[in-house]
Amino acid sequence: MSSATLTAAAVANAARRGNPLGRRLLIAGAWLVFLLFLVLPLLVVLSQALKLGFGTFFAAIFEPDAIAALKLTLIAVGISVPLNLVFGVAAAWCVSKYEFPGKSVLITLIDLPFSVSPVIAGLIYVLMFGSQGWFGPWLSDHDIQIVFAVPGIVLATLFVTFPFVARELIPLMQEQGTQEEEAARLLGANGWQMFWHVTLPNIKWGLIYGVVLCTARAMGEFGAVSVVSGHIRGLTNTLPLHVEILYNEYNHVAAFSVASLLLVMALVILLLKQWSENRLSRLRHSDAEE
Amino acid sequence: MSRRTSPVIPGFGLTLGYTLVYLSLLVLIPLAAMFIHAAQLTWEQFWNIISAPRVLAALKLSFGTALAAALLNGLIGTLLAWVLVRYSFPGRKIIEAMIDLPFALPTAVAGIALTALYAPNGPIGQLAGMIGLKIAYTPLGITLALTFVTLPFVVRTLQPVLADIPKEVEEAAACLGAKPLQVFRYVLLPALLPAWLTGFALAFARGVGEYGSVIFIAGNMPMKTEILPLLIMVKLDQYDYHGATAIGVLMLVVAFVLLLLINLLQRRISTAST
Repeated sequence: MSSATLTAAAVANAARRGNPLGRRLLIAGAWLVFLLFLVLPLLVVLSQALKLGFGTFFAAIFEPDAIAALKLTLIAVGISVPLNLVFGVAAAWCVSKYEFPGKSVLITLIDLPFSVSPVIAGLIYVLMFGSQGWFGPWLSDHDIQIVFAVPGIVLATLFVTFPFVARELIPLMQEQGTQEEEAARLLGANGWQMFWHVTLPNIKWGLIYGVVLCTARAMGEFGAVSVVSGHIRGLTNTLPLHVEILYNEYNHVAAFSVASLLLVMALVILLLKQWSENRLSRLRHSDAEE
Repeated sequence: MSRRTSPVIPGFGLTLGYTLVYLSLLVLIPLAAMFIHAAQLTWEQFWNIISAPRVLAALKLSFGTALAAALLNGLIGTLLAWVLVRYSFPGRKIIEAMIDLPFALPTAVAGIALTALYAPNGPIGQLAGMIGLKIAYTPLGITLALTFVTLPFVVRTLQPVLADIPKEVEEAAACLGAKPLQVFRYVLLPALLPAWLTGFALAFARGVGEYGSVIFIAGNMPMKTEILPLLIMVKLDQYDYHGATAIGVLMLVVAFVLLLLINLLQRRISTAST
């Protein structure tokens, strides 16, 4: 590089950075937003939870209703995440590997649950399976309960977490194209071999990223689950609903203790997200360099 | 067969079939159920439900606060995206990782934390009280809660676009004598606007429907601080399925029309700039 281009680059760089004062102000502004909007709420949760010491904190977390709520939350996550994972892979596969009419409509429809209020997500299942709903009489004849029971909670969770995996995979798989799969097929691999040995390793990190986001939402969903749960303590209460009940009973310390459990889970999810995201961007980087 | 570009790759029928069945069972049929349920009402009944003063007040509040929160995020989000992409400074990685906290944190937790913070006896609530400002249990509190839960949208949609703008464009502008603000106004803004609108629309849509984080800080007084999703909840608790359904349909239709408008605006801007 000649010295002339070097100076030109230096001038341009200085211009890009803006003047140091403006730059410092912007960075200070970002820090202020970060502390005020993100850090302060976290500190409040922890300080309120530990207000009466660790004894009451752990008592609230290990109380039977809280344990039952944790179990139900894990059940909802354990069913909805794998189901939406399989759907996400299937949807991303047909959308990214083939051309067919109506594809863009299909992509829009997959994203639809994101723009529907969680409360409406709960409402639609009540209208389908509630005692006055379409299948209400049939269900009660056969003694099956969906709304105000665990199946309803799972359905509502499935709805609100529906697009997460598909949404991460579709752009990734569209970018990767079909060449590698075609090569695998021409070399004699059957469909499953091609999927396991070629596609899956390629989409692994995007998949993990989508699953992490899906898990976070499934674990924390409140509105949709609240509509279909019926709030029966120890039976149809998930952790976020348990927080609400404790809070409304003015048992604030217990509410914040259970909330801090959810907070820790959220921080773990953030770590996992960061990790999968880093792997994903490294993957994209190495693709770009090839 | 002519529809497929790569007939070598198997699984079209299987994956498309599975996608359509799963989508229909879980999303399309239940959503249709709501519209069919609403269709049992006459126009007059429907109109009476949605034109009730309490519903109109909630409608105004929900869309107003969601709009305010999305605008606030438009500012804060642009600042954060800009600083995170353009500058390296101590703590950048932590902020970058923590931006997604509102998506990872259950909304109920966010709700009670923000209430504790902004309530009249909370740390920020006390400070605001000294200048006579009430935050929790007012529309301002609702706006702040919505700003929190939708914070990542604008940041995350702007970041990749901002990172992709070729350095040369700005350098050329700077070399031609443009001041930093001019560079921002004439070079960056047109490039960022479509993505900004996408982030804005996502934040707005999420804000209109948001429930968990809002109900704690709202105070939920009918006519004053009662949001639309809560009103659906109230109607359901009274077994007023018609009322709940009518409000649900209203919410979906209004949100859909607004998103469509934003989409059209976005198209006009991106065709105008190319």
